[in-house]
Formats: sequence, structure tokens, C-alpha cells
Amino acid sequence: MGRTLAEKVWDAHLVRKGDGAEPDLIYIDLHLVHEVTSPQAFDGLRLAGRPVRRPDLTIATEDHNVPTVGIDLPIADPVSRTQVETLRRNCAEFGVRLHPMGDVEQGIVHVVGPQLGLTQPGMTVVCGDSHTSTHGAFGSIAFGIGTSEVEHVLATQTLPLRPFKTMAINVEGELRPGVTAKDVILAVIAKIGTGGGQGYILEYRGSAIRALSMEARMTVCNMSIEAGARAGMIAPDETTFEYLKGRPHAPRGADWDTAVEYWRSLGTDADAEFDTEVHIDADSLTPFVTWGTNPGQGLPLGERVPDPEQFGDDNAKVAAEKALAYMGLTPGTPLREIHVDTVFLGSCTNGRIEDLRAAAEVLRGRQVAQQVRMLVVPGSMRVRAQAEAEGLHEVFTQAGAEWRSAGCSMCLGMNPDQLAPGERSASTSNRNFEGRQGKGGRTHLVSPLVAAATAVRGTLSSPEDLD
Amino acid sequence: MEPFTSHTGVGVPLRRSNVDTDQIIPAVYLKRVTRTGFEDGLFAAWRADEHFVLNAEPYRAGSVLVAGPDFGTGSSREHAVWALMDYGFRVVISARFADIFRGNAGKQGLVAAQCEQADIELLWKLLENEPGTEVTVDLAAKVVRAKDFSAPFFIDDYTRWRLLEGLDDIGLTLRNVAEIDGFEAARPSWLPTTNPVVTG
Repeated sequence: MGRTLAEKVWDAHLVRKGDGAEPDLIYIDLHLVHEVTSPQAFDGLRLAGRPVRRPDLTIATEDHNVPTVGIDLPIADPVSRTQVETLRRNCAEFGVRLHPMGDVEQGIVHVVGPQLGLTQPGMTVVCGDSHTSTHGAFGSIAFGIGTSEVEHVLATQTLPLRPFKTMAINVEGELRPGVTAKDVILAVIAKIGTGGGQGYILEYRGSAIRALSMEARMTVCNMSIEAGARAGMIAPDETTFEYLKGRPHAPRGADWDTAVEYWRSLGTDADAEFDTEVHIDADSLTPFVTWGTNPGQGLPLGERVPDPEQFGDDNAKVAAEKALAYMGLTPGTPLREIHVDTVFLGSCTNGRIEDLRAAAEVLRGRQVAQQVRMLVVPGSMRVRAQAEAEGLHEVFTQAGAEWRSAGCSMCLGMNPDQLAPGERSASTSNRNFEGRQGKGGRTHLVSPLVAAATAVRGTLSSPEDLD
Repeated sequence: MEPFTSHTGVGVPLRRSNVDTDQIIPAVYLKRVTRTGFEDGLFAAWRADEHFVLNAEPYRAGSVLVAGPDFGTGSSREHAVWALMDYGFRVVISARFADIFRGNAGKQGLVAAQCEQADIELLWKLLENEPGTEVTVDLAAKVVRAKDFSAPFFIDDYTRWRLLEGLDDIGLTLRNVAEIDGFEAARPSWLPTTNPVVTG
């Protein structure tokens, strides 16, 4: 029987096959590090007198709590400053390459890896961040790990892991204009639930997936974790190779040909079997937004706030009641009539150049509604520079949006970019959890197109609602 | 890591599903660079509500958390496990755990015991009707007991063995360092490194 993409990549990284109860030992090709989940890991190495085994397979950047304004000044929050300074000290001591604040390569770790060409098909990629699943867009097995595992990878360049089950997410058909990768993944999560992918590696397949750009594929894979799956993957193809070619760390010359030949062999065999398969009809999808406090609580924008009574399952009903109370929403309200205070465009989900271009196209010649503030936070300083070269920053600022420096920013509110209690956002990020964007803040997850249209109208909207 | 064989302590009924790690410890509490002191951030938003279960005696002194399904979803932050343990929890019981959380828990010595939801409902009723009831989690026998309640729980054999023996993961892996050396020697040379690229 043939093998799936995930099984091929797994098999190629087996250092040691576990026997029965013992897990497999898997080699890690690339380890991404940031300031929040690494200090205790480096400390553990120091305590045990262990070096970083492969500093040349490790790269660090500062993203989670860096400010996005005044980056030439010292970080005002003393605790954030300590974390950033600790990372700098640790990287210097252990010989790890670091892109600090102010560096041209600084940015969100999941934007930085791909744009440098470090993320390639068939690799294993880990980071102490659950959105590491982003890198699966290249056909790599990429997943988030906890701090103990960060220490484990630093010390051994391996992880003891149990094989995952495989799930095919078949998205067939053609997306309508205005429907994006974000809408696809929100629809997937609403369909299989926040626990539906647990224990699985998802493989996104089908004509609608193959038609997506690399950046859109990253948006899809990024949110695999919100469906409970540690990793999501897409088979590498011409789109992948085109994106990689010429990037700083991509293979060159004869190596490139060898690599591409290998990458072409990675796709799931025709006779391979998945443990589970899910089907989504791309043609039927419309812009999707969340109404609740987990990413599975979403609906097409044309719908109304649901009535908790309509949920058959008691747990889902109670969860919906709690979510609506927290979100301050009344059942039956059309989603399009929900007013927002803030629009956040950015994050490892939707902070890439295509996202910025799409939003700018909507905002060009229009104004952000008077009572709305809009933050545009590029995913990396490279993305920021590219946007400025294309004049996108002027489109945003002329529309009344704030143009910021790179970082995770309001996606998780570890830096000063936060919602006030009761404040409501339309956010292109990945989590609408209670308090995620600031204590008491209310989050609606949306695509960049919906974010931009919402900024103009002041209520959840898609570009087709604009004049 | 301390070996874990069996633990008995006050059970805390947390009637919520999808308890994500942002609820267990909000991001603003993640900024410490030490491994201890995270107890103040545990369920910080919910503890501000005086009716929250951990604000009531005798649950305040609980060490066995009994939660709804899909516990520990969301962010990979291991601080969620540290916060639970710093507060005094030794066991979390749920019908389903998020993968990353379960992995993190196993590495730190927090037992993530997976029970049937029907058993959890019974345990919730018992703990609510008789607050302060002690729950015993017997890792050797893989059984949860409280008064006349008794139910099996699932935990994978490898994690259970490591917890029972109190074994450190990195030390275990480094026993196989020759195999890691061998694997590295055979890796294709075109795979990327993070060494700065000199172009031109």
C-alpha cells in the first residue's frame, strides 16, 4: 500500500523506531525560537551543562512581545524587556543566530522562516509556538512544542514522538471572488470542530487547495491547530518550487535539481489510505466570521448570531450561552449588523504581503469609519519594506489606519497593542478566545478582505457591501 | 522529576469544555524567565469572579482538577502546566486533552488522566454535593477513586512508565546519541542550515 505525504516525511526522519510503548525518535531539521517559550529551556541546558547540539539548525527572532511603535526606544514594559534581553543573552551564549528588533529579518517567526527559504518541503520543523503548523504549507511536518520539548530539541535535535493518524481535508471546486484561504480554514474548523483534528496530521487536498498561492496555503495550515491538529500539510508542487527558488537558503545549482526531484516524490501515493477523510465544497463557501469564543464558533457572514437552543449537544449549548454572554451578542442579530471598535490586520495567519495587498485594494480611496481604529501590523520587517516599496503604507495611512512595525502584536496582546475591556475587534488573527486580545476584549476572526471592508463600514462586512 | 505512583487530594469540579490554555494562564503572565511562580496567573480571568469554583472553600486547596472535554486546547504554552502545578494541582481529569497539553503535562509530572465523560459527570455530582471530597488517582492501577466512586482512566503506557519512574526525557534520548550521530551523517548535504548565506 502507498504512503501519505505525512508518512513519507515521518519515515524519512526516523532516528530510531520505537518498540511498542516507546515512541519513535524523530530528527528535527529546523528549530525556530522566540523570546517567550525559550528562556526556561536555555536555563535547563545551563543547569545540566548541555550545549545546543545544532545551532546551525536553529534560528531565533523576537516577535511575541515586541512593541510595534517606537522600536528604536527601549521596551517600556520591564518584563517584556527582560524576556527579550534574556533571549539575546541566551543566543549569544549558545551560538544561535538571532534577528532582534530593528533587524531587517526580524518578524513573526512563522513569517521569517519561509521568507528566508529555510522552510522547505519534506522537512521537520518545530517551534515553541502552536502556529508552527504554518510551515506545513510547504509539505513539511511542522508543529508546535512546549518548553520542555524546546529544551529537548536544543539538546538532542530530536523529539520522541508517537506516529499521528492522517486526515485528508478535500476542498474541491473553485473559490468565488472575495472568498479566501481564511474563509476555507474557518469553514473547515466549524465543520470538524476545535477537537476534530486531535491526534491527526491534516493534509489539505483538492483543486481549491492546489489553486492557492503559497501565502494562502500558509494561512490554511496556520490554523490547523485551531481544529485540534498539531500539524497540517499541503503537497509540494510547482507553486511551492516557484516560491522557494532563489530565496537565501534555498538549494542552488545542481542541489536545486536534486532537491526538486526529491520533493516531487513526496506527494501522497494514489493508493495510500487516510484514517479519515473530510469533504468541503469550495464553490459553496462565502466569507466566514466567528461569533463566539473559540475558532469553531463561526458562520458565513450572511447568517445571524445563533440561538444556543438550536445546539443539540448540551456541551455545545452551554458553550454557546457562555460565548454569547462574553461577546455581548443577542441571538438572531444579523452578523453584518455587529459594530466593531478596532480592526487588526496582521499576525502569522494573515500578516504577509498578499494579505496587505488584498486589504489595501479594498481601502484604496476609502476611509476607515470615524469611530473605528485600524492597526496594520506587517508580519515581518521584510513584508513591511515590500509594502512600502509598493506604496501600500500610504493607502493604509491615507485611509486613516495605523502603519506599524512587525510583531505578533494584537493577536495575543503581550505587547501594548491590546483591546480594552468590552472593546470589539474584527481581527485577521487566529484565536477569538476570551481575553486573548486584551482582558475583556471581544474578537471576531475574519479574512483580510472582510477586515478592510469592516473598517470602512464599521460593522462586519465584505467588500461587496461597499459602494 | 519526582516519581508519581498515586495521589490523593481535594477534587475540583470545573464544568467547562474547551478550557484553552489562554484561560489556564493568560498571555500577560507568560513574561517571567523562571520556571516557578506562575500560580497567580492560573485561571486569572475566571478567578476574578467570586463565584468561580477555586474561590470557594474547600475547593481552594484542590489538587485534582476534574474538567470538561477538550482541556488544554490552543496555545502550546507549557506555562499552563507550570501554573496548574505551581498552584498545587497534581492531576487533571478530562474526557479529552489537547495533544500539546498532554505532552507538556507528561514531561512535567502532571498526570493527564483521560476518563469517560459519563464518569466525569458522576464525579462532578459527587464533588458538588460533597465539597472537599478527596479523589485518589492511582497511576499504578490506572484507576480514579472517590468515596464509593471508582472508574478507570487512560494514559499511554510510555508516559505512565516515565511518570512512575520519574525519568527525564532528555537523559533517555541521549542514551541513543550514537543513532543520532549516524542519522546526521546520512542527511543530504543540500538541506538548509541557518548559517548566514554569503551571496555575490
